[in-house]
Amino acid sequence: MVLPEFSYALPEIFLAVAAMALLMLGVFKGKESSRTVSWAAVASILVAAGLVLTGDLESRITFNGLYQTDAFTAFMKVLALCASAIAIIMSMDYNSREKLDRFEFPILMVIATLGMMVMISANDLMSLYMGIELMSLSLYVTAAFRRDSVRSTEAGLKYFVLGALSSGMLLYGCSLIYGYTGTTNFTNFQQIFAAEGFEAGIGLIVGIVFLIAGLAFKVSAVPFHMWTPDVYEGVPTPVTAFFAAAPKVAGMALFIKTFMIPFGDLIAQWQQVIVFISVASMILGAFAAINQKNIKRLMAYSSIGHMGYALVGLAAGTPEGVRGVLVYLTIYVIMNIGTFAIILSMRQRNGMVEEIGHLAGLGKSRPMMALMLMIFMFSLAGIPPLAGFFGKFYVFVSAVNAGLYALAIIGLLTSVVGAFYYIRIVKIMYFDEEAEGFEPVNRTLAVLMGASGLFTALFFVYPAPLLSGAAAAAEVLFR
Amino acid sequence: MEIGLAHYLTVSAILLTLGIFGIFLNRKNVIVILMSVELMLLAVNINLVAFSSFMGDLAGQVFALFILTVAAGEAAIGLAILVVYFRNRGSIAVEDIHHMKG
Repeated sequence: MVLPEFSYALPEIFLAVAAMALLMLGVFKGKESSRTVSWAAVASILVAAGLVLTGDLESRITFNGLYQTDAFTAFMKVLALCASAIAIIMSMDYNSREKLDRFEFPILMVIATLGMMVMISANDLMSLYMGIELMSLSLYVTAAFRRDSVRSTEAGLKYFVLGALSSGMLLYGCSLIYGYTGTTNFTNFQQIFAAEGFEAGIGLIVGIVFLIAGLAFKVSAVPFHMWTPDVYEGVPTPVTAFFAAAPKVAGMALFIKTFMIPFGDLIAQWQQVIVFISVASMILGAFAAINQKNIKRLMAYSSIGHMGYALVGLAAGTPEGVRGVLVYLTIYVIMNIGTFAIILSMRQRNGMVEEIGHLAGLGKSRPMMALMLMIFMFSLAGIPPLAGFFGKFYVFVSAVNAGLYALAIIGLLTSVVGAFYYIRIVKIMYFDEEAEGFEPVNRTLAVLMGASGLFTALFFVYPAPLLSGAAAAAEVLFR
Repeated sequence: MEIGLAHYLTVSAILLTLGIFGIFLNRKNVIVILMSVELMLLAVNINLVAFSSFMGDLAGQVFALFILTVAAGEAAIGLAILVVYFRNRGSIAVEDIHHMKG
């Protein structure tokens, strides 16, 4: 018997072993172990990121074709791993203050991250499904983590029911694709579809549409976004911060990988569907957020809109478009980390608050925090010269170069509408009557705020490393 | 009458539709939703096994085994979340799940 080459999957294997070791550590150390386990979880995620970076960046396939790594997967994995590590760091203080400091929390996040890495590296419908489920099952549990709160458990229940529905649709799509091609392997798909005179039958197209539906749910794109606002609002804030970043990266990576590599030759079949969900997400994200009073709910609609913008680059289907998506996702993750660091600092004497009205007068009471939130809001709105503008710029340029003029124009118009509610927050902070101020900001959160604020504000000075990294990662998909 | 691939696919499509409608039309009980989810996954399994047996390719049956395993885990987590929810709310009627709206 020949064993498969394990070394290509070293980061995943390491993270799986680390998660089990952390579980043992938590069990043996007992109640007081939450903080130790959290830092150990952060350390093991960072080690896994190091292993990804030092590993082979050439395209490698192992485990009988189920698993694949290259520069693209490395880029996405590092992004997802960093987002998870920062989400764990942000959660620690909140959890101990809100009496949520159980050691299972960081471990669940580590396992969810492992699921994301499997998703990103999937080279077969089976490993794709296993990765998605490993991530989703852990996320359902983290969503319902505050066991004594109706809102958190309700959010968990909604997320679970709709998530299970979406995996059912994804699987049905997989079964049809399998039936009409005779294989589940991405490499084989590529050969079949690239063959001369291949015509996609109706069964295959229905399968692809079901697959898109399942994936669209994971990145919360319209029309599969219904869970997003409720879940974002109901779950504990650090979990919202986690949901907004890492799973979106993994879902988008899967979207790009599946539709560029195996189904790349069928672009005529799926392009319209992607254009539709992208336009619908941008429009809904812009209009539905206008009336929101809860800032977590507003961020939910904002993330729906942002996924719409990112999908613009995928719809273009060119290396330039994919590079745009990667730059967009990186910037989006960093802006989100900063914004949620601020939301986690919205703490008054009686506890956490989430209403936008509570930000009134922040410009006077906490000028630095207000300045940072202003930077993030302007950047999310896409106002130059902040980082968010460049993210949008690259995807829209790629759409124009691919001839999708209508898509680019709709994107521009919806970002103008979206700017309204971001700028409204800035107006409330600086021009409204002062409300009760916030408690002092925790030092860790202040560092995260400052770092992501600096990146967002000064990205235009030295964008080359991110741009070239994203370009190198995108090139791999088009060999 | 010979039972062919088309018959299996029809049964599976009907089961999937029943599952989806069970989730959306059901107004009574969350347990029914969990059952509908299982129904959808079983529909997929019928599809995969039928394709696999008619093509003489084993991958579909392996996939079906994976799905069965994950479905068990998914049901366990769903029930666990449901129990926690019931403790807080005292009801698992679908129409009572409306704490957050907008």
